[in-house]
Amino acid sequence: MSEHIIPRRTYYTIYGLLMLCTYLTVQIAYFDLGPLNTIAALGIAVFKATLVVLFFMHVKYGTRLTWLVVLGSVLWLGILLALTMGDYLTRTWRAL
Amino acid sequence: MATVLAPPHHYLNDGYGIKSWLLTRDHKRIALLYLASITFFFFVGGLFAVLIRLELITPVGDLVSDETYNKLFTMHGIMMVFFFLIPSIPATLGNFLVPLMIGAKDLAFPRLNLASWYIFLLGGLFTLYALVTGGVDTGWTFYVPFSTTSSTSNVIPAALGIFVTGFSSILTGLNFIVTIHRMRAPGMTWFRMPLFLWSMYATSVIFVLGTPVIAITLLLIAAERLFHFGFFDPALGGDPVLFQHLFWFYSHPAVYIMVLPAMGVVSELVAAFCRKQVFGYTVVAFASLAIAVLGFLVWGHHLFVAGESVYAAMIFSILSYLVAIPSAVKVFNWTATMYKGSISWATPMLYAIGFIGLFTIGGLTGLFVAAVGIDVHVTDTYFVIAHFHYIMVGGAIMGYMGGLHYWWPKISGRLYNEFLAKIAAGIIFLGFNLTFFPQFILGYLGMPRRYHAYPPEFQVLNVLSSAGASILGVGYLIPFFYLMWSLRYGPLAGSNPWSAVGLEWTTTSPPPTENFARTPTVTWNAYEYGEPIESHVA
Amino acid sequence: MSPDAAAGTVPHPTHLAHQFDDAGQQREAASLGMWVFLATEVLFFGGLFTTYLVYRNWYPAAFAAGSHELLIWAGTTNTAVLITSSLTMALAVHAAQTGNRRLLLLFLLVTMALGLVFLGIKGFEYHTEYVEHHVPGAGFQFDPANAQHAQLFFSLYFLMTGLHALHMIVGLGIMSTMFWISWRGVITSEYYNPIEVGGLYWHFVDIVWIFLFPLLYLIARHAH
Repeated sequence: MSEHIIPRRTYYTIYGLLMLCTYLTVQIAYFDLGPLNTIAALGIAVFKATLVVLFFMHVKYGTRLTWLVVLGSVLWLGILLALTMGDYLTRTWRAL
Repeated sequence: MATVLAPPHHYLNDGYGIKSWLLTRDHKRIALLYLASITFFFFVGGLFAVLIRLELITPVGDLVSDETYNKLFTMHGIMMVFFFLIPSIPATLGNFLVPLMIGAKDLAFPRLNLASWYIFLLGGLFTLYALVTGGVDTGWTFYVPFSTTSSTSNVIPAALGIFVTGFSSILTGLNFIVTIHRMRAPGMTWFRMPLFLWSMYATSVIFVLGTPVIAITLLLIAAERLFHFGFFDPALGGDPVLFQHLFWFYSHPAVYIMVLPAMGVVSELVAAFCRKQVFGYTVVAFASLAIAVLGFLVWGHHLFVAGESVYAAMIFSILSYLVAIPSAVKVFNWTATMYKGSISWATPMLYAIGFIGLFTIGGLTGLFVAAVGIDVHVTDTYFVIAHFHYIMVGGAIMGYMGGLHYWWPKISGRLYNEFLAKIAAGIIFLGFNLTFFPQFILGYLGMPRRYHAYPPEFQVLNVLSSAGASILGVGYLIPFFYLMWSLRYGPLAGSNPWSAVGLEWTTTSPPPTENFARTPTVTWNAYEYGEPIESHVA
Repeated sequence: MSPDAAAGTVPHPTHLAHQFDDAGQQREAASLGMWVFLATEVLFFGGLFTTYLVYRNWYPAAFAAGSHELLIWAGTTNTAVLITSSLTMALAVHAAQTGNRRLLLLFLLVTMALGLVFLGIKGFEYHTEYVEHHVPGAGFQFDPANAQHAQLFFSLYFLMTGLHALHMIVGLGIMSTMFWISWRGVITSEYYNPIEVGGLYWHFVDIVWIFLFPLLYLIARHAH
């Protein structure tokens, strides 16, 4: 947590972006983009979360350790998801 | 040596009365509160072990019914894993030593530390309630669908008890991480820290990243039992194997929670009792981190025969071999430290050497079961039981005992009876091997785990194992008595009875409440034996 | 010993806990402590996201059917409400940083009010789902084509949003505490750790919802 004080105008800009993304994600959901629907929805969610983390949670001006904790937790969730799905996605594979 | 005088003011006489203990913020007192609690749970878990081994003397299930036997091994596992082994070194020795070793006055969040103890007790209470109102019979692993659908035992209170206690672990880990990052004394760089702190840090990372997953998993079981939510119910399309994925994502790293602290203790003991810098300090430090990280990538080796895909099994198998490497590296480094060291055979050193030998056997047999081809034969047999008891008991508990004996003079200000201590260590070593080595053979020959009736040809080995267990039990009782006795009648220890190097040895025994009158400035490496002790007092 | 609440200022060293050397160390410790706690929360919810991923991968049709039954206006409104509450929370921290006690109190109140709105809408949704027999268990009723697996979807829906709502309620408790200590003048531009770490917690709860919303409400909406 640094002493750097983010100006309020930045907060309003980020807020506007977040609301815009929310509007977009709902609108996109009504079009049939096949697998892209899920990718778009999650991509927008990740983008929104990143904005909240960087600006509302001050991580953009935070210590390297804070970055490490944020990225580490996401990475670990990734490990849980990836290795678990690694089982489920390969259960029906035929022998090599 | 000059006559040893007791320090006039220290943390034990800084306030008397029950409130000064139950509302303390002093990490040293909290460590003792934990010590009392986990000792209690150790004996409860030990009682179940006694009953199990008694039953297994005869091939028929004649001491208890099938259902009761299921409850015995379940409660033994739950008590030992969640209420003894996981908190043991971190909550007692860790709590006591982390601030002392880094030159701080306390942990970062003292009140959170006290809260973690109360949370631990609350979880223990839930679980004891489950125990006295009929017990749990699912195995400590709570596999579904039995735990969610068929079991009529007290699954929910036990699951909730472990859920609550998990938060105690999380808070301890959180406290250690923040303390080690932010409160090291001036000059105490990461690579001047004692290796015990590296292992506490690595353990804390596992606490923080792994425990929440078993927490949510136990909640899922409770939800399925209470509200029939059906996450793992095949009738609703659920997958029981998903439970195993979620359960073991934590429970495998949990075994590193149990062994990493013991490894940290062993590093301290080997350095002190060989009067030598630990060989390859940096490598050992990184190996601790490597074990913590790699330990999260191997959980699928518990699912080899559960129905996971063979491709996933192959990946998890290779990763399981990888995680053995940093552990082996540590064993090599401790051995290299002992080479040409000035070795003394004090009790803590006996436990350290016991650890190195027994952990090696346990770890090597881990490589057996990491191979899928062997595992399909020995999984769910006594081979696996012997494997993990060699690591948990031969390894972790020996490390714990070694640490307890090494730092007992610092904690209590007293010396224990060295002769009795050596005898007890010998009895423990003998009893342990007699208990568990036959189990390798039993498992290899095919005796399954969690059964109380077995083919008569296995009886001889079972009797040997039970005999060993009785010796082991005696071995664990002896220290309890001479340590308690030393509190009152033991000779005063003085600040550094082992002539060891480390900030904790620069304080009085017992230390003052605030640890250091002035924050020390550290200009030396962790194990500068060979330098005069006085140069290490800032 | 009591700080001068009317003046809204407190001598700083009173808030320096004995184990810390200086205020900077205490501030960094508080922040790191909350971030480590949030890491545990990522893994805690992560177990549920894993379960969701496995079953959505297995039963896409049932999950889509279940998702269509959710009230998209409620979910969208709630998303907007939470994002707004994150803004007001950030503004509250900003007010604390600049020593503006009145704005701090105001923004804390608005954040809490928005939190209550969220819970109110959520409660309305739960009631609707109860009335429509979408609560898993004996009373569950659904289109037979997807009934078996839709129940899995709703189990996840209730558990994930329920756990999230619990975190919101805890968050409201934290906000109340922060309001109380701010009212008493404990918070100054020199010492505002509680507001900062309380804010971190609140933003995290918002982020969980940012993921829950598309995963639960927006599955294959084009087919509806």
